Amino acid sequence: MSTTQDAKLTEFDDNDQKPIGFGRMLRKEDARLLRGRGRFVDDVQLPGMLHLAILRSPFAHATIVSIDTSAAEASPGVKAVVTGETLKGLGLAWMPTLSNDVQAVLATDKVRFQGQEVAFVVAEDRYQARDALELIDVEYDVLDPVIDVRKALEPDAPIIRTDLEGKTNNHVFDWETGDEAETDRVFASADVIVTEDIVYPRVHPAPMETCGSVADFDPVEGKLKLWSTTQAPHAHRTLYAIVAGIPEHKIQVIAPDIGGGFGNKVPIYPGYVHSIVGSIVTGKPVKWMEDRSENLISTGFARDYIMRAEIAATNEGKILAIRTNVLADHGAFNGTAAPVKYPAGFFGVFTGSYDLQAAHCKMTAVYTNKAPGGVAYACSFRITEAVYLVERIVDVLAYELQMDPAELRLKNFIQPEQFPYTTKTGWVYDSGNYEPTMRLAMEMAGYDELRKEQAEKRARGELMGIGISFFTEAVGAGPRKNMDILGLGMADGCELRVHPTGKAVVRLSVKTQGQGHETTFAQIIAEELGIPPADIDVVHGDTDNTPFGLGTYGSRSTPVSGAAAALVARKVRDKAKLIASAMLEVSVADLDWVKGSFQVKGDPGMSVTIQDIAFRAHGAGDLPDGVEGGLEAQICYNPSNLTYPHGAYICVVDVDPGTAEVKVRRFIAVDDCGTRINPMIIEGQVHGGLTDGVGMALMEMISFDEDGNCLGASLMDYLLPTALEVPDWETGFTVTPSPHHPIGAKGVGESATVGSPPAIVNAVVDALKPFGVRHADMPLTPSRVWDAMRGQATPPI
Amino acid sequence: MQVTMTVNGVEYSREIEGRMLLVHFLRDVLGLTGTHWGCDTSNCGVCVVWMDGEPVKSCTVLAAMAGGHEVRTVEDLADGAELDPIQEGFRQCHGLQCGFCTPGMLMTCRALLDKNPDPTEGEIREAISGQICRCTGYSSIIRSVRWAAVHEATSAREQQEVAAQ
Repeated sequence: MSTTQDAKLTEFDDNDQKPIGFGRMLRKEDARLLRGRGRFVDDVQLPGMLHLAILRSPFAHATIVSIDTSAAEASPGVKAVVTGETLKGLGLAWMPTLSNDVQAVLATDKVRFQGQEVAFVVAEDRYQARDALELIDVEYDVLDPVIDVRKALEPDAPIIRTDLEGKTNNHVFDWETGDEAETDRVFASADVIVTEDIVYPRVHPAPMETCGSVADFDPVEGKLKLWSTTQAPHAHRTLYAIVAGIPEHKIQVIAPDIGGGFGNKVPIYPGYVHSIVGSIVTGKPVKWMEDRSENLISTGFARDYIMRAEIAATNEGKILAIRTNVLADHGAFNGTAAPVKYPAGFFGVFTGSYDLQAAHCKMTAVYTNKAPGGVAYACSFRITEAVYLVERIVDVLAYELQMDPAELRLKNFIQPEQFPYTTKTGWVYDSGNYEPTMRLAMEMAGYDELRKEQAEKRARGELMGIGISFFTEAVGAGPRKNMDILGLGMADGCELRVHPTGKAVVRLSVKTQGQGHETTFAQIIAEELGIPPADIDVVHGDTDNTPFGLGTYGSRSTPVSGAAAALVARKVRDKAKLIASAMLEVSVADLDWVKGSFQVKGDPGMSVTIQDIAFRAHGAGDLPDGVEGGLEAQICYNPSNLTYPHGAYICVVDVDPGTAEVKVRRFIAVDDCGTRINPMIIEGQVHGGLTDGVGMALMEMISFDEDGNCLGASLMDYLLPTALEVPDWETGFTVTPSPHHPIGAKGVGESATVGSPPAIVNAVVDALKPFGVRHADMPLTPSRVWDAMRGQATPPI
Repeated sequence: MQVTMTVNGVEYSREIEGRMLLVHFLRDVLGLTGTHWGCDTSNCGVCVVWMDGEPVKSCTVLAAMAGGHEVRTVEDLADGAELDPIQEGFRQCHGLQCGFCTPGMLMTCRALLDKNPDPTEGEIREAISGQICRCTGYSSIIRSVRWAAVHEATSAREQQEVAAQ
């Protein structure tokens, strides 16, 4: 294990290191992005291209009585106006969601959330398309909406999904994990039981680039080209083939540069399908680019869990069991993107980093008249909610036992010798060594000094809080024996070709949205083959030119596709070894691999480089018996288990007693994501996630009024953190490699988004301890903190 | 209506609708897609360009209002193969991830350094507070600006020394 602290803000590595393998390396993709030469979906400009705009429902729940499109059709520049009735005729009015539900492509019978797609216009320019929307006359018969999730299952609640045959309520699913009887037994014998109602409000990933697509259907070739903001181009292609009936080999999905995803670009949105239909109908390329309000009110939200958390412990602070009951708001359609056998994603890891005797969870999911979605915002398939639940209730236990929250956690960690560790809900943690991670965070924070400072400040009436969170994530979905999305196994392919001159091209099934794949995947190949990263082209985001795989979300690129890249390089190396043995006229057993070349054992002067071998592989002359020419390989990697990164986060806040404003003064994040490929990129991933955490903990919430009007429909109402709301991040790391991953890497993309909200909330609640506060729900805005200080804390929904 | 403006040193005259936004004029009419569009409400800043040397949010400026003015966009920062120091700072210090907010950030930070060659952390935070980045958490952007400040100061000093000799 190694432990290190990253650089401070005022220090920078002024160098341009070019490691052949792992290490800090500047990004290959930056050259174009810095010059304004990135190519995002909205940058795609095709000859004769038309523009599409969507008419959306102003009501949360209403029957569509009639739609008159005649004025819109006559509007200047308009080429097509399409309604749900038109799509019905084509059999395209409904499409499957990623959770085996269906979602309206355009509403036919009624609208089920504010912002739902009702009709679309295709016109010569964006302005004309928008103008024509104003001319579509829709008559609605407004229905009572279901907005309060707690009332969704009441007998007199309006039924939202009247489209589902025989549906007589708003129930989506019940789900259960763990052993209820055993958990109840442990609870019955515990010294201490603490219960808290905890809400994780609805939030939105809000990537800076909204969602959009450009569809170009060639009627002669019968081929559809679709540029789209997607994190999962291959999965989308398969679904389009199923939905639209276009043969899969006639569909090319291209995800060009993507301006952030965070889960928002995993689902298939009606707008993508609209652009396809628009192109087929008009015979021209059609661009759809949603605006910010459309993005916030209609695309994949995240969270929206109402949780009752209970924890049982001894008087000495040994945690025995955790149980929870969850009410999940899934909006109008169940659009959750998660492996189908996991309707609540990976919420089952709510047992956290602790060695428990029992655990149990019961969950009920319901429909409401709100936008569909559920899994997004860097949540690792609901682990964000799970980590928040356990890390909040552990802090509440510390409050009740009057124990230091760090000490309570240290006392209950799963011990290094217990790995691989099977949790009480059936997850097998691959590796972990928690205490050194926690100790490093405490040392970096100066934990004892902070507690002293806090005591002095409290004596003076100042409000300072120190919050801790320790998380274990489950990422890298996943083993195909039990994980699939709509029947598609969650494996990833990789192809590697070494050219005659020793340069290479590697083709990935995953797709960066800013994570730096063009750099890190070149580094993985470089580490395995000794070819410099600059000589390796990384191709991704184009289904015609990459192998099949499920894409980038749930922090799965490094754990799944990264493993595929390492293994495909090893396959190439194995072949290179056979050729090297012929070139050096020795047996393969007499060869040593020294990064980038094979040497004859005991005679380092006798060696051939990978570049020499590549030329020989493509050149004239004999190759060893049974060896084909060329130097390339491909594989499909099926992970044997998930990977389990962990981390210790400490947050220090000051709360203004006069205004209740929370200032995050310091944030210390120590992450353990196993083997580190590019520390610079890892640090960047962590910084971004921590900022998400500040947003969710203190600012962000998608809320609705009683009529179902979305109150967070612009960036003036849905507040995202700027540089003024966040501190200079202090990061460090430990390294506990994954035993089953070929290079030991675990993934880090979502760790900080998952781990930081509880640290911040725990810090604010700790600051409010003098007021007897032991829990307050996010977002901890000044008004909500003010209420908490006065004993009037209320849930946000 | 006819609008004439200078963009990155080149004069353009185009027939446009009076309601056209500057961001759409730059992207759709001139094909300068380096400038992005993100929110409509002046909150996110991915559309920042310079108008007469001042950073403005081009999603809330009409193209007509830019008539007769000088506009500068991200495409004009690099001098051929050579990056502007602020671009090099972002490259060196990982000041960008997805790259969507980057053009706006670069224009704002370049303007900051032109006015204040040695900004503090607080001054940099204030300068970019009208812009949102969802990826970097801002620390690396601040580091990038400091990198540019330090390296511009060093190269200015070196030039003075050369001149003095």
